[in-house]
Amino acid sequence: MKKILSFILFVALTNIAAAQLQLNGAGATFPYVIYSKWFDEYQKKTGVQFNYQSIGSGGGIKQVIEGTVDFGATDGPMTDTQLAEAKTKQGTDVLHIPTVMGAVVATYNVPGIGADLKLTPDALAEIFLGKITKWNDAKIADANKGKNLPDKSIVVVHRSDGSGTTYIFVDYLSKVSAEWQSKVGVGTSVKWPVGLGGKGNEGVAGQVKQIEGSIGYVELAYAVKNNLSYASIRNKAGNFIAPSLESVTAAAMNEADKMPEDLRVSITDAAGKNSYPIGGFTWLLIYKDQKNEEKAKALVNFLKWAFKEGEAFAPSLYYAPLPKEVIKLNEKKIASMRYNGKPIQ
Amino acid sequence: MVSSSRLELTAEPKIAMQNFGDSLFKYLTTFFAALVLLLIGVMAYEMYATSSLSIEKFGWSFLTSSEWDPVMEQYGALPFIYGTLVSSLLALILALPVGVGIAVFLTELAPPWLERPFSFIVELLAGIPSIVYGLWGFFVMVPWIRSSVEPFLSENFGFIPLFEGAPYGVGMLAAGVILSIMVLPIIASISRDVLNAVPVSQKEAALALGSTRWEATRIAISYSRSGILGATILGLGRALGETMAVTMVIGNRPEIKLSLFEPGYTMASVLANEFTEATSEMYISALIEIALVLFIVAILVNAIARLLVWSFTRTSNVGGRL
Repeated sequence: MKKILSFILFVALTNIAAAQLQLNGAGATFPYVIYSKWFDEYQKKTGVQFNYQSIGSGGGIKQVIEGTVDFGATDGPMTDTQLAEAKTKQGTDVLHIPTVMGAVVATYNVPGIGADLKLTPDALAEIFLGKITKWNDAKIADANKGKNLPDKSIVVVHRSDGSGTTYIFVDYLSKVSAEWQSKVGVGTSVKWPVGLGGKGNEGVAGQVKQIEGSIGYVELAYAVKNNLSYASIRNKAGNFIAPSLESVTAAAMNEADKMPEDLRVSITDAAGKNSYPIGGFTWLLIYKDQKNEEKAKALVNFLKWAFKEGEAFAPSLYYAPLPKEVIKLNEKKIASMRYNGKPIQ
Repeated sequence: MVSSSRLELTAEPKIAMQNFGDSLFKYLTTFFAALVLLLIGVMAYEMYATSSLSIEKFGWSFLTSSEWDPVMEQYGALPFIYGTLVSSLLALILALPVGVGIAVFLTELAPPWLERPFSFIVELLAGIPSIVYGLWGFFVMVPWIRSSVEPFLSENFGFIPLFEGAPYGVGMLAAGVILSIMVLPIIASISRDVLNAVPVSQKEAALALGSTRWEATRIAISYSRSGILGATILGLGRALGETMAVTMVIGNRPEIKLSLFEPGYTMASVLANEFTEATSEMYISALIEIALVLFIVAILVNAIARLLVWSFTRTSNVGGRL
């Protein structure tokens, strides 16, 4: 008995001694797949362990403000109030570092019209405002010459759970429709003028699949993996662009030179001929002034690795990689991190 | 009292020892019981304290407003309260007759070789995780409701406002049906135990006096009325707090509509849906106030149901004596 006990004690103690540096993070669920891949690959390389809890962007921001994690992650940037709160509580600025991009697509179920439905920003906004109620409405038909649109009621399906996907989608609608902006606004959950709520991408996609005449929005990655049909959207330059990883990266590339200093930026309704207009960044939230030298070094090295080698994993996991222009901005941000007032090597 | 003091006088040391054990046991169990109360108290206080921001801002209008707008920071819980109560009530209306029917069949009519495996299957239903009910509801039950049940209801009973509107499948009706399936095993298995506890002599006496089988069964049911009501209360508790399965089939629309075809929303569902991504203080505070309201509604509904049981048992006792 004693032998067993001492053996257990021995194992426990040696495990503690051998425990490696661990960085704790929490936040967005959308980038969870690629972050897991990154953390896994990086641990194999360097032994640094990551513990990432995908509790949602809201939870990630909260934990960053409370200082219970080493880094956070979010799909929607922190507000000025939240940044100020973090500064008072943690005594440091919080940096937004974009990592990858995602897109939101309008998926639909209208029998007999095929895969390449085209939607103008106007039509999309008015469908979700409940003003266009039939599929053969002139505003839809004008963009789809040659398609036989049925005289069928439109059923709108949206996310019922708070989500970064919703944020990007309504952020876009707000930019293209003044009525949407004043009536509904932007948030991870909004007061939908019409429609049914489905939980998660699978809840929305499931209802769209089941109900004829329905339209909803899901993440691009989800739509591609599940072979859903989705619409091309007319971008700012006037071209109908199908959502793809390339057209999302193109949107970021065209917005890079207009990026604000703190990198908190929305790239919906982006300029550029080939830009898909409903996409967005997901960010890591990093304390500018680090409190623990060892952790600070590990974090900086990890970030450098992520943008040098990690981005290559993105396309195979259906995330749009950052354009070179944005990576350069990121590197500048990483270089601005401090420990004890000194740059971190 | 007198006898115990006498005992203490005659055999003091041993009794004292026993008394120590007894009182230790008494205090320990009292402490455990008090923990439950303490837990409820702490929960209620914590919810009240963390929702103070929204309580201060909205006051009683939180309970009467139907506006739920996270962007404009306007919060009213009425559609959620309505949805919770209506879906639970619907579930009970559907599940109670079936549950009691199952219990009567198992105790009065089923041959013994069938009773055991059948009871086992009914209890098995209670152990299925709610997410499984939700997925089944979403992928199997909802399409069936949309293609068969709702068209049938609106064709034959469309004149009743309850069955108006387009058949989406998801909605209050689907939520009520999935909840009724979830509370069914609770009602059926407890009712069966209660009916089993009816003394055989009661039934035999009824039969001996010339009652038919149906009349004897009725006597057994009225004998165990309070137990069946108790089972219903337990079922109601599950229905009020159910989250995942309801969220997947109710349509998640915070509006009060009379028609059961229309989508609705419950308090538990909105918490599950919006809590993780709620960022502003007021938003979180309003969501926690919803939790507080759910807590109070659950207590109120339970209290009313207990009162009902109490008044029933009182009148049935009187009737029994007559």
